[in-house]
Amino acid sequence: GLAGAAGGRAWAAPEELEPNTWEEITTYNNFYEFGTGKDDPADNAHMLTTSPWTVTIDGMVDRPGDYAFEDIMKKMTLEERIYRLRCVEAWSMVVPWTGFELADLLDLAGVQGGAKYVAFETAMRPDEMPGLSSPVLDWPYVEGLRLDEAVHPLTIMATGIYGRDIPNQNGAPLRLVVPWKYGFKSIKSVVRISLVEEQPPTSWNRYAPNEYGFYSNVNPQVDHPRWSQATERRIGGGLFAPRVPTPMFNGYGEEVASLYAGMDLAENF
Amino acid sequence: MLADRINGWLRRLPVWMLYALAPVPAIWLLWLGLTGGLGVEPIEALEHELGELALQLLIAGLCITPLRRFAGVNLLRFRRAVGLIAFLYVVLHLLVWLVLDVQDLGRIWADILKRPYITVGMGAFLLMLPLALTSNNRAVRALGRRWQRLHRLTYGVVLLAALHFVMARKGFQVEPLLYAGAILALLALRLVPRRRNAARGGGPARATARG
Repeated sequence: GLAGAAGGRAWAAPEELEPNTWEEITTYNNFYEFGTGKDDPADNAHMLTTSPWTVTIDGMVDRPGDYAFEDIMKKMTLEERIYRLRCVEAWSMVVPWTGFELADLLDLAGVQGGAKYVAFETAMRPDEMPGLSSPVLDWPYVEGLRLDEAVHPLTIMATGIYGRDIPNQNGAPLRLVVPWKYGFKSIKSVVRISLVEEQPPTSWNRYAPNEYGFYSNVNPQVDHPRWSQATERRIGGGLFAPRVPTPMFNGYGEEVASLYAGMDLAENF
Repeated sequence: MLADRINGWLRRLPVWMLYALAPVPAIWLLWLGLTGGLGVEPIEALEHELGELALQLLIAGLCITPLRRFAGVNLLRFRRAVGLIAFLYVVLHLLVWLVLDVQDLGRIWADILKRPYITVGMGAFLLMLPLALTSNNRAVRALGRRWQRLHRLTYGVVLLAALHFVMARKGFQVEPLLYAGAILALLALRLVPRRRNAARGGGPARATARG
Protein backbone atom coordinates (compact mmCIF):
# COMPACT_ATOMS: atom_id res chain seq x y z
CA GLY A 1 0.00 0.00 0.00
CA LEU A 2 1.72 3.17 -1.16
CA ALA A 3 -0.65 5.49 0.61
CA GLY A 4 -1.33 3.36 3.62
CA ALA A 5 -0.09 5.48 6.48
CA ALA A 6 -1.44 3.95 9.66
CA GLY A 7 -3.15 6.47 11.89
CA GLY A 8 -2.59 10.18 12.01
CA ARG A 9 -2.95 12.11 8.79
CA ALA A 10 -3.08 9.39 6.23
CA TRP A 11 -2.98 11.90 3.38
CA ALA A 12 0.24 13.53 4.41
CA ALA A 13 3.20 12.41 2.30
CA PRO A 14 3.71 8.67 2.82
CA GLU A 15 7.40 8.11 3.49
CA GLU A 16 8.12 5.61 0.74
CA LEU A 17 7.08 7.90 -2.10
CA GLU A 18 10.07 9.32 -3.88
CA PRO A 19 9.09 12.30 -6.03
CA ASN A 20 10.02 12.55 -9.68
CA THR A 21 12.52 15.21 -10.67
CA TRP A 22 11.50 18.77 -11.49
CA GLU A 23 12.51 18.10 -15.09
CA GLU A 24 10.35 15.00 -15.37
CA ILE A 25 7.35 16.70 -13.82
CA THR A 26 7.61 19.82 -15.96
CA THR A 27 8.57 18.43 -19.39
CA TYR A 28 6.17 15.49 -19.78
CA ASN A 29 2.67 16.91 -19.66
CA ASN A 30 -0.77 16.54 -21.14
CA PHE A 31 -2.28 19.99 -21.53
CA TYR A 32 -4.00 19.93 -24.91
CA GLU A 33 -4.63 23.68 -24.89
CA PHE A 34 -0.92 23.95 -25.70
CA GLY A 35 -0.74 21.01 -28.12
CA THR A 36 -1.20 17.27 -28.01
CA GLY A 37 2.49 16.30 -27.77
CA LYS A 38 3.93 15.60 -24.33
CA ASP A 39 6.54 18.34 -24.81
CA ASP A 40 4.16 20.89 -26.34
CA PRO A 41 3.02 22.29 -22.98
CA ALA A 42 6.60 22.89 -21.83
CA ASP A 43 7.34 24.58 -25.17
CA ASN A 44 4.20 26.71 -25.46
CA ALA A 45 2.75 27.35 -22.02
CA HIS A 46 5.00 30.36 -21.39
CA MET A 47 2.51 32.29 -23.54
CA LEU A 48 -0.15 32.07 -20.85
CA THR A 49 -0.60 35.16 -18.67
CA THR A 50 -1.22 33.95 -15.14
CA SER A 51 -1.20 37.29 -13.34
CA PRO A 52 -3.68 38.79 -12.78
CA TRP A 53 -5.90 35.74 -12.41
CA THR A 54 -9.41 35.45 -11.12
CA VAL A 55 -11.49 32.42 -10.33
CA THR A 56 -15.22 32.81 -10.72
CA ILE A 57 -17.05 30.86 -8.07
CA ASP A 58 -20.75 30.69 -8.83
CA GLY A 59 -23.84 28.55 -8.80
CA MET A 60 -25.23 27.36 -5.50
CA VAL A 61 -22.99 29.37 -3.19
CA ASP A 62 -23.70 32.10 -0.64
CA ARG A 63 -20.98 34.43 -1.91
CA PRO A 64 -20.70 34.09 -5.68
CA GLY A 65 -18.22 36.29 -7.51
CA ASP A 66 -14.81 36.74 -9.04
CA TYR A 67 -12.09 35.83 -6.56
CA ALA A 68 -8.65 37.27 -7.28
CA PHE A 69 -5.91 34.67 -7.04
CA GLU A 70 -3.90 36.79 -4.54
CA ASP A 71 -6.93 37.19 -2.30
CA ILE A 72 -7.52 33.45 -2.33
CA MET A 73 -3.86 32.82 -1.46
CA LYS A 74 -4.05 35.22 1.50
CA LYS A 75 -6.86 33.21 3.04
CA MET A 76 -5.66 29.69 2.35
CA THR A 77 -3.19 27.58 4.33
CA LEU A 78 -0.59 26.07 2.05
CA GLU A 79 0.91 22.67 2.73
CA GLU A 80 2.98 20.13 0.83
CA ARG A 81 1.29 16.97 -0.42
CA ILE A 82 3.40 14.32 -2.08
CA TYR A 83 0.94 12.44 -4.26
CA ARG A 84 1.10 9.70 -6.81
CA LEU A 85 -0.26 10.83 -10.19
CA ARG A 86 -1.62 8.11 -12.45
CA CYS A 87 -2.41 9.10 -16.02
CA VAL A 88 -5.19 7.28 -17.87
CA GLU A 89 -2.49 6.51 -20.48
CA ALA A 90 -0.88 4.09 -17.99
CA TRP A 91 2.12 6.11 -16.89
CA SER A 92 2.65 7.61 -13.47
CA MET A 93 4.71 10.07 -11.47
CA VAL A 94 5.06 11.22 -7.90
CA VAL A 95 4.64 14.96 -7.50
CA PRO A 96 5.41 17.09 -4.43
CA TRP A 97 2.54 19.56 -4.72
CA THR A 98 2.04 22.66 -2.66
CA GLY A 99 -1.56 23.69 -2.28
CA PHE A 100 -4.63 23.99 -0.12
CA GLU A 101 -7.70 21.86 0.36
CA LEU A 102 -10.47 22.55 -2.12
CA ALA A 103 -12.91 22.28 0.79
CA ASP A 104 -11.38 25.45 2.29
CA LEU A 105 -11.88 27.36 -0.96
CA LEU A 106 -15.47 26.16 -1.20
CA ASP A 107 -16.02 27.31 2.40
CA LEU A 108 -14.87 30.75 1.34
CA ALA A 109 -17.78 30.91 -1.08
CA GLY A 110 -20.21 29.07 1.18
CA VAL A 111 -21.73 25.98 -0.43
CA GLN A 112 -25.51 25.93 -0.29
CA GLY A 113 -27.55 22.94 0.80
CA GLY A 114 -28.82 21.78 -2.58
CA ALA A 115 -25.44 21.62 -4.31
CA LYS A 116 -24.46 18.08 -5.27
CA TYR A 117 -21.65 18.51 -7.78
CA VAL A 118 -18.75 20.86 -8.48
CA ALA A 119 -18.03 21.87 -12.07
CA PHE A 120 -14.64 23.24 -13.12
CA GLU A 121 -13.49 25.11 -16.19
CA THR A 122 -10.02 25.81 -17.62
CA ALA A 123 -9.07 29.18 -19.12
CA MET A 124 -9.79 29.47 -22.84
CA ARG A 125 -7.55 32.06 -24.50
CA PRO A 126 -6.90 31.36 -28.17
CA ASP A 127 -4.15 34.01 -28.31
CA GLU A 128 -2.21 32.38 -25.52
CA MET A 129 -3.10 28.72 -26.11
CA PRO A 130 -2.13 27.51 -29.59
CA GLY A 131 -3.71 24.10 -29.02
CA LEU A 132 -7.18 25.65 -28.99
CA SER A 133 -7.00 26.05 -32.76
CA SER A 134 -7.33 22.31 -33.24
CA PRO A 135 -10.64 20.63 -32.53
CA VAL A 136 -9.27 17.82 -30.37
CA LEU A 137 -11.88 18.53 -27.71
CA ASP A 138 -14.78 20.92 -27.25
CA TRP A 139 -13.19 23.93 -25.57
CA PRO A 140 -13.07 25.11 -22.86
CA TYR A 141 -11.89 22.03 -20.97
CA VAL A 142 -14.38 21.16 -18.26
CA GLU A 143 -14.32 18.71 -15.39
CA GLY A 144 -16.48 17.79 -12.46
CA LEU A 145 -16.59 16.06 -9.11
CA ARG A 146 -19.33 14.91 -6.82
CA LEU A 147 -19.48 17.29 -3.84
CA ASP A 148 -18.27 14.65 -1.37
CA GLU A 149 -15.26 13.97 -3.62
CA ALA A 150 -14.58 17.69 -3.89
CA VAL A 151 -14.55 18.30 -0.14
CA HIS A 152 -12.56 15.16 0.66
CA PRO A 153 -9.37 16.16 2.49
CA LEU A 154 -7.20 14.50 -0.19
CA THR A 155 -8.59 16.85 -2.85
CA ILE A 156 -6.45 19.96 -3.19
CA MET A 157 -5.96 22.98 -5.38
CA ALA A 158 -2.23 23.00 -6.16
CA THR A 159 -0.32 26.24 -6.62
CA GLY A 160 3.23 24.94 -6.42
CA ILE A 161 5.61 22.06 -7.06
CA TYR A 162 8.77 21.52 -5.01
CA GLY A 163 7.85 24.68 -3.11
CA ARG A 164 8.12 26.82 -6.25
CA ASP A 165 5.24 28.43 -8.13
CA ILE A 166 3.56 25.86 -10.30
CA PRO A 167 4.84 26.15 -13.90
CA ASN A 168 2.30 27.05 -16.57
CA GLN A 169 2.55 23.64 -18.23
CA ASN A 170 1.44 22.05 -14.96
CA GLY A 171 -1.62 24.26 -14.65
CA ALA A 172 -0.63 27.66 -13.25
CA PRO A 173 -1.66 29.48 -11.26
CA LEU A 174 -3.96 26.96 -9.64
CA ARG A 175 -5.16 23.51 -10.57
CA LEU A 176 -7.15 20.71 -9.09
CA VAL A 177 -5.40 17.56 -7.81
CA VAL A 178 -7.53 14.48 -7.10
CA PRO A 179 -4.91 11.79 -6.51
CA TRP A 180 -7.16 8.72 -6.65
CA LYS A 181 -8.51 9.57 -10.09
CA TYR A 182 -6.86 9.51 -13.51
CA GLY A 183 -4.84 12.63 -14.17
CA PHE A 184 -7.23 14.23 -16.65
CA LYS A 185 -9.74 14.78 -13.82
CA SER A 186 -7.23 17.13 -12.18
CA ILE A 187 -8.16 20.11 -14.32
CA LYS A 188 -5.53 22.80 -14.87
CA SER A 189 -5.48 26.61 -14.86
CA VAL A 190 -8.94 26.84 -13.34
CA VAL A 191 -11.01 29.98 -14.02
CA ARG A 192 -14.45 28.84 -12.88
CA ILE A 193 -15.82 26.68 -10.12
CA SER A 194 -19.58 26.18 -10.12
CA LEU A 195 -21.66 24.44 -7.48
CA VAL A 196 -24.49 22.67 -9.24
CA GLU A 197 -27.26 20.19 -8.62
CA GLU A 198 -26.87 18.00 -11.71
CA GLN A 199 -23.82 15.99 -12.76
CA PRO A 200 -21.85 18.38 -14.97
CA PRO A 201 -20.43 17.44 -18.38
CA THR A 202 -16.72 16.58 -18.50
CA SER A 203 -14.51 17.04 -21.56
CA TRP A 204 -13.15 13.55 -22.08
CA ASN A 205 -16.43 11.90 -21.24
CA ARG A 206 -18.15 14.09 -23.80
CA TYR A 207 -15.51 13.13 -26.37
CA ALA A 208 -15.63 9.37 -25.81
CA PRO A 209 -18.13 8.24 -23.17
CA ASN A 210 -17.16 4.59 -23.59
CA GLU A 211 -13.50 5.37 -22.85
CA TYR A 212 -13.67 8.02 -20.13
CA GLY A 213 -16.28 7.88 -17.39
CA PHE A 214 -17.42 10.68 -15.09
CA TYR A 215 -15.78 9.07 -12.08
CA SER A 216 -12.53 7.88 -13.69
CA ASN A 217 -11.23 6.47 -10.45
CA VAL A 218 -7.91 4.68 -10.91
CA ASN A 219 -8.99 1.05 -11.19
CA PRO A 220 -6.65 -1.74 -12.34
CA GLN A 221 -9.64 -4.04 -12.90
CA VAL A 222 -11.40 -1.83 -15.42
CA ASP A 223 -9.39 -1.55 -18.61
CA HIS A 224 -9.51 1.35 -20.97
CA PRO A 225 -10.95 -0.04 -24.23
CA ARG A 226 -7.59 0.51 -25.92
CA TRP A 227 -5.16 -0.54 -23.21
CA SER A 228 -4.90 -2.34 -19.91
CA GLN A 229 -5.01 -0.35 -16.69
CA ALA A 230 -3.58 -3.23 -14.62
CA THR A 231 -0.03 -1.89 -14.78
CA GLU A 232 1.72 1.41 -15.22
CA ARG A 233 5.16 2.76 -16.01
CA ARG A 234 6.82 5.15 -13.63
CA ILE A 235 8.28 8.06 -15.55
CA GLY A 236 12.02 8.36 -15.09
CA GLY A 237 13.01 4.71 -15.44
CA GLY A 238 14.57 5.15 -18.88
CA LEU A 239 14.39 2.83 -21.85
CA PHE A 240 14.15 -0.34 -19.76
CA ALA A 241 11.69 0.84 -17.12
CA PRO A 242 9.58 -2.09 -15.89
CA ARG A 243 5.81 -1.96 -15.64
CA VAL A 244 4.50 -2.10 -12.09
CA PRO A 245 1.03 -3.05 -10.84
CA THR A 246 -1.45 -0.19 -10.46
CA PRO A 247 -3.11 -0.13 -7.03
CA MET A 248 -6.87 0.38 -6.66
CA PHE A 249 -7.74 4.06 -6.21
CA ASN A 250 -4.09 4.74 -7.02
CA GLY A 251 -3.19 3.56 -3.54
CA TYR A 252 -5.63 5.85 -1.71
CA GLY A 253 -8.32 3.23 -1.15
CA GLU A 254 -8.11 3.44 2.63
CA GLU A 255 -9.09 7.09 2.47
CA VAL A 256 -11.59 7.13 -0.38
CA ALA A 257 -13.11 3.68 -0.93
CA SER A 258 -15.99 4.55 1.40
CA LEU A 259 -17.09 7.31 -0.99
CA TYR A 260 -18.12 4.58 -3.43
CA ALA A 261 -19.61 2.02 -1.05
CA GLY A 262 -22.26 0.00 -2.83
CA MET A 263 -21.45 1.40 -6.26
CA ASP A 264 -20.62 -0.83 -9.20
CA LEU A 265 -17.27 0.65 -10.19
CA ALA A 266 -17.14 -1.23 -13.50
CA GLU A 267 -20.38 0.44 -14.50
CA ASN A 268 -19.55 3.80 -12.94
CA PHE A 269 -16.01 3.86 -14.33
CA MET B 1 13.71 18.81 -68.91
CA LEU B 2 14.01 18.80 -65.15
CA ALA B 3 12.69 15.24 -64.83
CA ASP B 4 15.36 13.97 -67.23
CA ARG B 5 18.08 15.69 -65.25
CA ILE B 6 16.75 14.21 -62.01
CA ASN B 7 16.58 10.78 -63.62
CA GLY B 8 20.15 11.12 -64.84
CA TRP B 9 21.28 12.03 -61.36
CA LEU B 10 19.28 9.18 -59.80
CA ARG B 11 20.87 6.64 -62.16
CA ARG B 12 24.20 7.36 -60.54
CA LEU B 13 22.84 6.67 -57.06
CA PRO B 14 23.39 3.01 -56.15
CA VAL B 15 20.50 1.19 -54.45
CA TRP B 16 22.80 -0.30 -51.82
CA MET B 17 23.21 3.20 -50.40
CA LEU B 18 19.61 3.05 -49.19
CA TYR B 19 20.23 -0.25 -47.44
CA ALA B 20 23.43 1.12 -45.94
CA LEU B 21 21.68 4.22 -44.61
CA ALA B 22 18.57 2.34 -43.45
CA PRO B 23 19.71 1.53 -39.89
CA VAL B 24 21.06 5.04 -39.23
CA PRO B 25 17.78 6.62 -37.96
CA ALA B 26 17.08 3.56 -35.78
CA ILE B 27 20.55 3.66 -34.21
CA TRP B 28 20.27 7.41 -33.73
CA LEU B 29 16.89 7.06 -32.01
CA LEU B 30 18.19 4.27 -29.77
CA TRP B 31 21.15 6.46 -28.83
CA LEU B 32 18.81 9.35 -28.05
CA GLY B 33 16.61 7.06 -25.99
CA LEU B 34 19.56 5.84 -23.93
CA THR B 35 20.96 9.31 -23.33
CA GLY B 36 17.80 11.25 -22.49
CA GLY B 37 17.34 12.78 -25.94
CA LEU B 38 13.83 11.36 -26.27
CA GLY B 39 12.58 13.00 -23.10
CA VAL B 40 11.64 11.46 -19.79
CA GLU B 41 9.50 8.66 -21.31
CA PRO B 42 11.78 7.23 -24.00
CA ILE B 43 9.92 3.95 -24.54
CA GLU B 44 6.75 5.54 -25.84
CA ALA B 45 8.76 8.10 -27.81
CA LEU B 46 10.93 5.42 -29.46
CA GLU B 47 7.88 3.31 -30.28
CA HIS B 48 6.10 6.26 -31.85
CA GLU B 49 9.12 7.55 -33.76
CA LEU B 50 9.77 4.12 -35.28
CA GLY B 51 6.11 3.70 -36.22
CA GLU B 52 5.98 7.11 -37.80
CA LEU B 53 9.16 6.44 -39.78
CA ALA B 54 7.66 3.19 -41.04
CA LEU B 55 4.54 5.03 -42.15
CA GLN B 56 6.61 7.72 -43.87
CA LEU B 57 8.56 5.04 -45.73
CA LEU B 58 5.33 3.35 -46.80
CA ILE B 59 4.11 6.69 -48.11
CA ALA B 60 7.42 7.22 -49.91
CA GLY B 61 6.89 3.84 -51.57
CA LEU B 62 3.40 4.88 -52.65
CA CYS B 63 4.79 8.02 -54.27
CA ILE B 64 6.99 6.15 -56.71
CA THR B 65 4.37 5.16 -59.28
CA PRO B 66 2.58 8.56 -59.43
CA LEU B 67 5.92 10.39 -59.55
CA ARG B 68 6.78 8.46 -62.67
CA ARG B 69 3.39 8.75 -64.23
CA PHE B 70 2.69 12.39 -63.53
CA ALA B 71 6.16 13.93 -63.20
CA GLY B 72 8.31 11.60 -65.24
CA VAL B 73 10.68 10.99 -62.34
CA ASN B 74 11.73 7.37 -62.28
CA LEU B 75 12.44 5.92 -58.84
CA LEU B 76 11.36 2.36 -59.64
CA ARG B 77 14.85 1.02 -58.92
CA PHE B 78 14.48 2.11 -55.32
CA ARG B 79 10.98 0.80 -54.68
CA ARG B 80 12.00 -2.60 -53.33
CA ALA B 81 14.54 -1.05 -50.97
CA VAL B 82 12.02 1.50 -49.71
CA GLY B 83 9.48 -1.26 -49.09
CA LEU B 84 11.96 -3.50 -47.28
CA ILE B 85 13.26 -0.66 -45.14
CA ALA B 86 9.66 0.24 -44.26
CA PHE B 87 9.23 -3.37 -43.19
CA LEU B 88 12.39 -3.14 -41.08
CA TYR B 89 10.94 -0.15 -39.24
CA VAL B 90 7.60 -1.89 -38.76
CA VAL B 91 9.47 -4.81 -37.18
CA LEU B 92 11.45 -2.46 -34.92
CA HIS B 93 8.24 -0.63 -33.95
CA LEU B 94 6.66 -3.98 -33.10
CA LEU B 95 9.72 -5.14 -31.13
CA VAL B 96 9.79 -1.99 -28.99
CA TRP B 97 6.09 -2.49 -28.29
CA LEU B 98 6.58 -6.18 -27.36
CA VAL B 99 9.83 -6.04 -25.43
CA LEU B 100 10.05 -2.58 -23.90
CA ASP B 101 6.43 -1.45 -23.71
CA VAL B 102 4.05 -4.32 -22.92
CA GLN B 103 6.70 -6.66 -21.43
CA ASP B 104 4.22 -9.47 -20.90
CA LEU B 105 3.58 -12.23 -23.45
CA GLY B 106 0.12 -13.01 -22.10
CA ARG B 107 -0.92 -9.41 -22.35
CA ILE B 108 0.44 -9.04 -25.87
CA TRP B 109 -1.94 -11.69 -27.12
CA ALA B 110 -4.81 -10.22 -25.10
CA ASP B 111 -4.07 -6.78 -26.53
CA ILE B 112 -4.04 -8.06 -30.10
CA LEU B 113 -7.43 -9.71 -29.64
CA LYS B 114 -9.07 -7.08 -27.51
CA ARG B 115 -7.85 -3.72 -28.72
CA PRO B 116 -8.98 -2.74 -32.19
CA TYR B 117 -6.08 -0.37 -32.94
CA ILE B 118 -3.60 -3.11 -32.13
CA THR B 119 -5.59 -5.66 -34.12
CA VAL B 120 -5.50 -3.29 -37.07
CA GLY B 121 -1.76 -2.64 -36.69
CA MET B 122 -1.08 -6.35 -36.42
CA GLY B 123 -3.16 -6.91 -39.54
CA ALA B 124 -0.98 -4.44 -41.42
CA PHE B 125 2.13 -6.28 -40.22
CA LEU B 126 0.78 -9.69 -41.28
CA LEU B 127 -0.12 -8.34 -44.74
CA MET B 128 3.43 -7.04 -45.05
CA LEU B 129 5.01 -10.42 -44.33
CA PRO B 130 4.37 -12.05 -47.74
CA LEU B 131 5.44 -8.82 -49.41
CA ALA B 132 8.76 -8.74 -47.57
CA LEU B 133 9.33 -12.45 -48.18
CA THR B 134 8.77 -12.09 -51.93
CA SER B 135 10.83 -8.93 -52.37
CA ASN B 136 13.68 -10.72 -54.11
CA ASN B 137 14.45 -11.54 -57.74
CA ARG B 138 13.84 -15.24 -57.33
CA ALA B 139 10.31 -14.70 -56.02
CA VAL B 140 9.56 -12.21 -58.79
CA ARG B 141 10.60 -14.79 -61.40
CA ALA B 142 8.83 -17.68 -59.70
CA LEU B 143 5.54 -15.84 -59.22
CA GLY B 144 5.38 -14.12 -62.60
CA ARG B 145 2.15 -12.18 -62.99
CA ARG B 146 0.94 -13.34 -59.59
CA TRP B 147 3.75 -11.30 -58.00
CA GLN B 148 2.15 -8.06 -59.07
CA ARG B 149 -1.25 -9.13 -57.86
CA LEU B 150 0.24 -10.20 -54.52
CA HIS B 151 2.01 -6.88 -54.12
CA ARG B 152 -1.24 -4.98 -54.43
CA LEU B 153 -1.57 -6.00 -50.77
CA THR B 154 0.52 -2.87 -50.24
CA TYR B 155 -2.67 -0.84 -50.59
CA GLY B 156 -4.26 -2.82 -47.77
CA VAL B 157 -1.12 -2.35 -45.66
CA VAL B 158 -1.08 1.43 -45.98
CA LEU B 159 -4.80 1.76 -45.30
CA LEU B 160 -4.53 -0.37 -42.17
CA ALA B 161 -1.41 1.51 -41.06
CA ALA B 162 -3.15 4.86 -41.47
CA LEU B 163 -6.17 3.60 -39.54
CA HIS B 164 -3.90 2.22 -36.80
CA PHE B 165 -2.32 5.66 -36.35
CA VAL B 166 -5.67 7.49 -36.26
CA MET B 167 -7.06 5.03 -33.71
CA ALA B 168 -3.98 4.98 -31.51
CA ARG B 169 -4.14 8.68 -30.68
CA LYS B 170 -6.23 10.07 -27.87
CA GLY B 171 -8.80 12.52 -29.15
CA PHE B 172 -9.39 13.85 -32.62
CA GLN B 173 -5.84 14.75 -33.67
CA VAL B 174 -4.66 16.41 -36.83
CA GLU B 175 -1.36 14.61 -37.49
CA PRO B 176 -2.67 11.08 -38.11
CA LEU B 177 -5.47 12.52 -40.23
CA LEU B 178 -2.91 14.29 -42.42
CA TYR B 179 -1.12 10.99 -42.93
CA ALA B 180 -4.39 9.24 -43.73
CA GLY B 181 -5.29 12.03 -46.17
CA ALA B 182 -1.94 11.75 -47.94
CA ILE B 183 -2.37 8.00 -48.27
CA LEU B 184 -5.90 8.30 -49.62
CA ALA B 185 -4.76 10.94 -52.12
CA LEU B 186 -1.87 8.76 -53.31
CA LEU B 187 -4.22 5.81 -53.73
CA ALA B 188 -6.76 7.99 -55.55
CA LEU B 189 -4.08 9.02 -58.06
CA ARG B 190 -3.97 5.39 -59.15
CA LEU B 191 -7.61 5.65 -60.19
CA VAL B 192 -6.92 8.44 -62.68
CA PRO B 193 -7.71 6.83 -66.06
CA ARG B 194 -4.74 6.30 -68.33
CA ARG B 195 -4.71 8.05 -71.69
CA ARG B 196 -3.42 5.93 -74.56
CA ASN B 197 -0.08 6.85 -76.09
CA ALA B 198 0.48 9.49 -73.48
CA ALA B 199 3.04 7.83 -71.26
CA ARG B 200 5.64 10.31 -70.15
CA GLY B 201 9.11 9.53 -68.93
CA GLY B 202 9.27 6.43 -71.12
CA GLY B 203 7.97 2.93 -70.72
CA PRO B 204 4.69 1.54 -69.44
CA ALA B 205 3.82 2.53 -65.89
CA ARG B 206 3.35 -1.03 -64.78
CA ALA B 207 6.91 -2.20 -65.27
CA THR B 208 8.14 -4.47 -62.51
CA ALA B 209 10.73 -3.19 -60.10
CA ARG B 210 13.97 -5.11 -60.14
CA GLY B 211 17.26 -4.71 -58.33
